[in-house]
Amino acid sequence: MSTPQPGPPQGFPPSHQQQQQHPPGPPGLPGPPDMMGGGPPPPGPPGVPQLPPQMFTTAAQLLDLTDKKLMVALRDGRKLLGVLRSWDQFGNLVLQNTVERLFVQNLYADVERGLFLVRGENVSLLGEIDLDKDDYIPSPFKQAPVEQVFALKKAEEAERKVHDKSRSRRLAAEGFEGEHNGEAII
Amino acid sequence: MLFFSFFKTLVNHEVTVELKNDISIRGTLKSVDQYLNIKLDDISVVEELKYPHLSSVKNVFIRGSVVRYVHLPAAAVDTPLLEDATRREASQAATKAKQG
Repeated sequence: MSTPQPGPPQGFPPSHQQQQQHPPGPPGLPGPPDMMGGGPPPPGPPGVPQLPPQMFTTAAQLLDLTDKKLMVALRDGRKLLGVLRSWDQFGNLVLQNTVERLFVQNLYADVERGLFLVRGENVSLLGEIDLDKDDYIPSPFKQAPVEQVFALKKAEEAERKVHDKSRSRRLAAEGFEGEHNGEAII
Repeated sequence: MLFFSFFKTLVNHEVTVELKNDISIRGTLKSVDQYLNIKLDDISVVEELKYPHLSSVKNVFIRGSVVRYVHLPAAAVDTPLLEDATRREASQAATKAKQG
């Protein structure tokens, strides 16, 4: 279908173009592995902004979230709100003044948790809280006492566990294996 | 590393990321790293009321391991180029394997 292109492709930065920039290696052999290294960014096709390669590391992504108030969603469905104080390349996080926010039906509650070190593999996503909309919670949700929300949450989780179990059993009978076996999420 | 490079070409485009827990988040792709962790700006969540914890959040860092799909803007993807790059990478890998 596509005609074979002579030479390196145009407009597919940076690895191929970087190879092109490096002086004479035999054609077809990969250039030096400088994907993450220094050197000036390759000139991209017009209109596509070229950021230096060091911008594309986990560290660079987390750097500007440091000392900000974040919402961290964990893989088990928990939501933590706290100030990001430290992190590393694996996404391990240290959160200060952490509050766990429980949502159930149309209610929510906050539980003070203190200092958290979260192992990176348990993080699903984290978001910076917009200080203009700080703690904005859409209208159907009302704050309720922790005990009430916690009890409702427990009941909901038990129900979901039963549901998940029967679903994965039926799926397993068909030869499917769940992506998240019995783990409650959202 | 091909898809890392590929995602880098999509920086500043609008994408929708669907997570393994079924949340779909639409936003401007701000950066991506070697693990395909993704950072989105100006996010909007499909079915926002189902995920109230995201309504006060403006930008997210999504761990690559929880991503199920990324919906791409078709106009921003040069499919023949991607195809060629894939073939090239495959043939390089084959050559390397032969050399031992």
